[in-house]
Amino acid sequence: MTGPQSAPLLELDGVEIRYGTVSAVRGLSLEVHAGEIVGLIGPNGAGKSTTLHAIMGVLPPSAGEIRLAGNSLRGRRPEQVARAGIALVPEGRRIFGDFTVEENLRLGLSARRDAGDGALAEVYKLFPILDEFRRRHAGALSGGQQQQLAIGRALAAGPDVLLLDEPSLGLAPNVVDVVFDALSAIRDRGVAVLLVEQRAQRTVALAGRTYVLANGEHRLTLGPEDAADTQTLIAAYLS
Amino acid sequence: MTGLLATVDAQTIVDAIGLGAVYALMAVGIGLVFGVLRLVNFAYGQLVMAGAYTLAFTSSWPVVWSIVACFAVVIALSLAMERVVFRPLRTQSPTVMLVTTFAVAFLLQSVALIIDVRDDTIGEAAASVAPLNQAVTVAGTDIRKVVFVAVGVAVLSLGLLAVLLGRTTIGLQMRAAAADFRTARLIGVQADRVIGLAVLLSGVLAAIVAVILTVQFPLVTPDFALRDTIVVLVGVVVGGIDRLWTATLGGFAIGFATGVINGALPTDKTVFLPALVFALVVLVLLLRPAGLFARGRASVVDRV
Repeated sequence: MTGPQSAPLLELDGVEIRYGTVSAVRGLSLEVHAGEIVGLIGPNGAGKSTTLHAIMGVLPPSAGEIRLAGNSLRGRRPEQVARAGIALVPEGRRIFGDFTVEENLRLGLSARRDAGDGALAEVYKLFPILDEFRRRHAGALSGGQQQQLAIGRALAAGPDVLLLDEPSLGLAPNVVDVVFDALSAIRDRGVAVLLVEQRAQRTVALAGRTYVLANGEHRLTLGPEDAADTQTLIAAYLS
Repeated sequence: MTGLLATVDAQTIVDAIGLGAVYALMAVGIGLVFGVLRLVNFAYGQLVMAGAYTLAFTSSWPVVWSIVACFAVVIALSLAMERVVFRPLRTQSPTVMLVTTFAVAFLLQSVALIIDVRDDTIGEAAASVAPLNQAVTVAGTDIRKVVFVAVGVAVLSLGLLAVLLGRTTIGLQMRAAAADFRTARLIGVQADRVIGLAVLLSGVLAAIVAVILTVQFPLVTPDFALRDTIVVLVGVVVGGIDRLWTATLGGFAIGFATGVINGALPTDKTVFLPALVFALVVLVLLLRPAGLFARGRASVVDRV
């Protein structure tokens, strides 16, 4: 439970990511400390999801370093990154629809080194609806419930760093509240949260810092005090 | 057709069930690997062939040791195939992997031929396991002991597999990897472990099939189980390859159908057996392109 003044848990240093000859992200540096939410926003194709994939080891960066608690993640495969303590809530949720809610959560335990006793109980405490529906097929849940399941599955791994790829996509506003409230609770437990979002204003209001990305480059950093003017500021910088 | 069906008696049905059981085991072996690697292993039959040769070459040993040797060779070959061939190709397209398994199949067949013809004849007899082929008479029907073994072992293997996949953590991870390999890795499922286990189980099943088939057909040649593999692959696609249980049912169905048609055809007309079986397959695929037992949804069949 260290504060934002300590060394960063997740650190990107001059990261460059390419798809073949096309450069998707250039010179990106950012830090996420334990117990804080950092936002990453920007238009479609800005390189937000690409950055998360690079962190997870799906797309290795062509230059720069990604470090977890000071240790380079270079050359680690996705399952090794997950087991090192970084959990991803993927875009589109990617839950296992044919499996029960409980089976999905048990799969989240795969990244743990210990047996994870009590991990599911904690998830059920945060998302009581999952407890109620634990025997149901995940595919039968509503979009908001599936999103809670995707976050719960990531939390079951007991991560130090939580990455989320557009968790509010396709959700009704009141459901977005549930998800964002959960993120605050997760932050307060000391997890470092990196939140990729399209809902710029809400992200800026929630996050301690929000990086604005465009064309693969970091253009601007906003704080919660900028929330009301988010659109104006972004428009001014990206025009 | 009614004339054909009139000749189907209890004997034919029993033999057809026996063949269906063997093909179901092969279908599971192929389906397990397909699930985690999206790879249709055409060389599966050569694993069975290697096991059959092992039984033939060790037929002077006590039967139990001969069978143990068969399991050891087939499982080792199955694991080696994954390590040397499939793993480096894991990121390639399904077409590349399928063609590679053709190459592996022909390679193994040629190696078998080289080993086999050292005594100047093609074919080796596996004498020691043959007594299992003796028949017992139940209510006027001759049932070969191996049919009991085939059906019993198939039911037992499928039951154990269902428990493994349904009740254990590694089984859950294997099902997750089969459903969405990329996401499974992202949440920490160890790819090498689940693939290794699938290949191991698939090898165990191939060894079981090798023993059962060698009992019934003790003359082992380099093309041993080749035709069976082709028929099973067709059955797996007909059943629906993207789900293990539909693939298994497909394997059983085509084995059973082959057995029944074989029994129904007059002895001088058995050359028509493949034609009739494949005509049935064409008919099924025309009516249910996604697979006989598939639910009406997009299938991965078109990718293989």
